[in-house]
Amino acid sequence: MSNFSNYLFKNKHLLLLFFLLPPLLWLSIIYLGSLLVFLFHSFFYLDGFTGKIVYKISLNTIIELFSSAANIDILIRTTILAAFVSIGAAIIGFPIAYYMAKFTSPKMKIFFYLAIMLPLWSSYLVRVYSWKLILAKEGILNWFFSKLHATWILDFILSMPVIGGPSLSISYLGMFLVFTYIWLPFMILPIHASLERVPNSLINASYDLGASKRQTFYKVILPLALPGIAAGSIFTFSLTLGDYIIPYIIGTSKFFIGQAVYTHQGVAGNIPLAAAFSLVPIAIMTIYIYVAKKLGAFNAL
Amino acid sequence: MSQKNWGHLMPSKKAFNLKKASLSLKLGAIIGILFLHIPLFLIILYAFTTEDKSYQFPPPGYTLKWFSIVLGREDIWSAVYLSIHVALVSTFAAIILGTLAAAALYKADFFGKQSITLLIILPIALPGIITGISLRSAYGVVGIPFSTWTIIISHATFCMVVVYNNVVARLRRTSPNIIQASMDLGANNFQTFFYIILPNLGTAILAGGMLAFALSFDEVIVTTFTAGQQTTLPIWMLSELIRPRQRPITNVVAVFIICITFIPILYASYVTRNTTDIEGSSK
Amino acid sequence: MTTALKLSNINKRYGDVSALLDINLEVNDGEFFSLLGPSGSGKTTCLKVIAGFEIPDTGEINLFGEDVSSIPPFNRDVNTVFQDYALFPHMNVKDNIAYSLKIKKIPKIEQEHLIEEILLTVKLHGYEQRKPSELSGGQRQRVALARSLINKPKVLLLDEPLGALDLKLREQMQIELKNLQRQFQITFIYVTHDQQEAMSMSDRIAIFNEGKIEQIDTPNNIYNKPKTAFVADFIGTTSIILKSNALKYFHYESSFSLRPEFIFINSDQNHDFNIEAQISDVQYQGSFYKILFKTNELELTSFFYPKTNQILDLTLGTKCKLSWDKKNITNLNE
Repeated sequence: MSNFSNYLFKNKHLLLLFFLLPPLLWLSIIYLGSLLVFLFHSFFYLDGFTGKIVYKISLNTIIELFSSAANIDILIRTTILAAFVSIGAAIIGFPIAYYMAKFTSPKMKIFFYLAIMLPLWSSYLVRVYSWKLILAKEGILNWFFSKLHATWILDFILSMPVIGGPSLSISYLGMFLVFTYIWLPFMILPIHASLERVPNSLINASYDLGASKRQTFYKVILPLALPGIAAGSIFTFSLTLGDYIIPYIIGTSKFFIGQAVYTHQGVAGNIPLAAAFSLVPIAIMTIYIYVAKKLGAFNAL
Repeated sequence: MSQKNWGHLMPSKKAFNLKKASLSLKLGAIIGILFLHIPLFLIILYAFTTEDKSYQFPPPGYTLKWFSIVLGREDIWSAVYLSIHVALVSTFAAIILGTLAAAALYKADFFGKQSITLLIILPIALPGIITGISLRSAYGVVGIPFSTWTIIISHATFCMVVVYNNVVARLRRTSPNIIQASMDLGANNFQTFFYIILPNLGTAILAGGMLAFALSFDEVIVTTFTAGQQTTLPIWMLSELIRPRQRPITNVVAVFIICITFIPILYASYVTRNTTDIEGSSK
Repeated sequence: MTTALKLSNINKRYGDVSALLDINLEVNDGEFFSLLGPSGSGKTTCLKVIAGFEIPDTGEINLFGEDVSSIPPFNRDVNTVFQDYALFPHMNVKDNIAYSLKIKKIPKIEQEHLIEEILLTVKLHGYEQRKPSELSGGQRQRVALARSLINKPKVLLLDEPLGALDLKLREQMQIELKNLQRQFQITFIYVTHDQQEAMSMSDRIAIFNEGKIEQIDTPNNIYNKPKTAFVADFIGTTSIILKSNALKYFHYESSFSLRPEFIFINSDQNHDFNIEAQISDVQYQGSFYKILFKTNELELTSFFYPKTNQILDLTLGTKCKLSWDKKNITNLNE
C-alpha cells in the first residue's frame, strides 16, 4: 500500500486519472454517447410512406424544420417567451438580490438565502401545480379581483390579443407568470453574487464624488450587476426554451419547442425531426453563452 | 475648484447610509419574497379543503380526511417507495462520481479540462427533454429494458453536478497546504485522503448529497422518458396535473412532496452554515 | 561538522520560467539557515524541493549523507511549518499535534507523554480542545510549530512563519524560535523576505534572486562584504557607484558599494574619497536622519546622528562635503 502510494505521488497524472476515469467514462459513454446519437438523428429523415427512419445522411429534416411556417412559428414563439420570462425574472428578482446583498444583517441574510433556496430546490411539479390553483376560474386570483370589485381589469387584460385568452390558466400571460415564478430563484442568486462583490466603498465613492442616489444606481450599481443578470438569464432562457410541461398544463393549444420535441418523438415517432428541434435551443444557448462569456457573466456564478 | 464649490458636495456624503434601504426597494424585496412563497402556502391550505370538485377559494370548509385517505392508498405508497429508492441509489452514485470529478478537476490544469467541466454541467444545463429522449433511445438501441436501474442511471447523470459543485467550492476554500502538511507529517496518499481530505469535505459531500436527493426525488421530465411503465411520485403527480381526477388527493401528495424535499434542503444548509466563517477566519 | 542538507545542481522550471537555477548549498547540522529574497525569487520553491512537495528537474537532495531525491514527503525526515500554518480545521489542537504520532502508530501512553511535553514547550497548555478557528494568530503559529517539532525532525523547514503576525508579536516569536532551535538542536531552514528577521536570527543566509543564489554567507559578511550589487542593494541601505562613475570621479577601477554609516559629512580629516554634493531629501528616523545627497550623476545616502558638537544645516540644496575611506567600501562584481 505504501509503495503504491509512493508510486502515485511521483506519478501525479496517474492519480488524476484514477479520480477522473469513473465520472468521465460514465458521462462520456452513458450521457454524451446517447446525446450525440440522438442529435445526429437530425441528419436522418423519416420515410413519408413507410413511417420508418432512413439512416442516410441528408439535410432533409433540417430543411423540413425551417421550411414549415408552423415550425418557424414555434421557434419564434418560444424564443420570445423565453426572452420575456428572462426580463420579467430580472425585474422581479433584482430588488430581492439588491436588498439581500447590501442591506441585510447576517441573520436576515440567512433567512433570505433560505427563502430563495427552498423554492429553487423544491418540487418543480408542485410549484407548477400551485399556479393551477391560483389561476383557476374559481381560484384565489379571481376571488381577489372580485373582492376589489376589479374583475373588469382582469377581463380587460384577458380580452387583449396575444397575451389574453379564455381564462388566465389558458393564456400566454398565465404561462409567463408561471415560468417567471418557477425560474425566479435562478435569476436572484447570480445577481446577488455579483452585487455582493461590489464593495460598499465603491458606492460610497460615487456619493462622495457628488452622484445622487439615482445616478449611483444607474452608473455604478446596475452596470456592475449586469454580469449577474446575464448569468441568471442563461438559466431562465435555457430552461424556458426546453420546457414542455408548463405549456402543456397552463398554455393554449399552440406548441412550444419542448412540446414539439415531445410530440415528434412520441406519437409521430419522428425522431429525426425531434432531434432537429432539439438542436435549436442548443444552438441558441451556445451563442447566448458565448456572448455572455464575453460580457463576463461567468465570473458571477 | 474653490472652497465654496467643494462645500455643496459635503451634504450628499452624509446623506448616504448603506444600512437603510429606500422604501420602494424594501417593498420590492418583500413582494418578491411573497411571490416566491404564497403559492407554496396555498398548496398547504388546499390540502385541508372540503371542496373536491374544483379549486374554489376560499375553501368552503376544512377537513383532515384527505390525509387519512392518502395514507390508505397503495398506489401512492408504491410510488413514494420507488421515488425514494431511486433517489437514494442515484444520490449514492452521484456522490462517488461527483466527488471524484471534483478531486480531479479543482486544481489540476490540463488539456481538455474545460471540456470535461462542461460535460459535467451539460446534463443539467440542457433541457431535460433532450437528456430524457437521448437516454431513452440509447436504452432502446442497446436493448436495456426499462427498470428501476434505467431511472437510477439517468438520475445519477444529472445529480452528479450538484455534488461536484458543492465539493469543488469546498476544495477551493480549503488551504491546499493542509494536504501537503499531512504528507509532511508522514501520511501517505491514502491516509491523507481518509484522515484529512474526506473529513474536510464531509459536510460539503453531505450537503451536495442532500440536494441531489431532493433533485432526484422530484424530477419528472427525464423520468418520464426512462421509467417505462413505472410510476414515481412525480409521474403520478404529472398525470393528475394533466387530467385532474382526484384533486384533494393531489393536494395532499403535493404537501407531502414539499415536506420531503424541504427536509434535505434545510439540512444541507444547516450542515454548511458555518463553513464560510471557519474557513474565512483561518486565512 | 556534519552536513545536514546538501543541494547539488538543483534546477526547476515551470513552463518557460526558471524557478530554480543551478542551486547548490550546504547546511550544517544545528544551523539556523535562512533563504532570503524578494517574492518570486525561488526561495519558497527551494523549500518545497527540500520538503519533497516539488520534484526538481535535475539535481540531488542529500539529507545527512543520504540521497532523498526520490523519497516522497511522507517518508522524508524533514517537517514544514507552513506560511498559513495549514492546521487541520476539523481537528482540535491536540489532534493536530498528535497527527503524525497516530500515523506512526506510536502507543497511546507515549503519545500522551510527548504531547504533554511539547504543549509545555510551546506554552499551549490548556488549549488542547480548541479548534484552530478559536485560536489567535500567534497561538496557531505555536500549534504549527508543536505539530512539526513533536516528530523531532532532523531538519525543520519554516516558510515565512511569522509573516502573518503583527510587529510586536513577530519580534517576540523571533526570540522564541531561536530558543526552540537551541533547545531542540534541530537544523532550521527559514524562508523569509524580511531582511531584518533573517539578519537577526540566522547563522548563515542564502540570498535568492530570480531563481539563483547570489551569495551564501554569515549576516555580518552579507552586510559588510556583499558580493553583488543585488545583495548590497537588497540588504540594508547602500549607495552603489558604478564603474564608469567610479573612474570618472574617483579614478577608482571598480564598481563599489558604500554603507551610509561610513560616509563622513563635512569632515575636516583626510579621507581617501571626497566629493561635494547637495542635500536632496531628508527623512527623520527618530535617533538619526537619513539624508539623500545628489551630484550631477551620483546619488549617495548617509546617516546623520545629531550630536551636541555637530551642527548641520538640513535645508534642501545645502552643499556638503562627503568623504569616506577605501577600507570601508566593498568592490562589487559586475
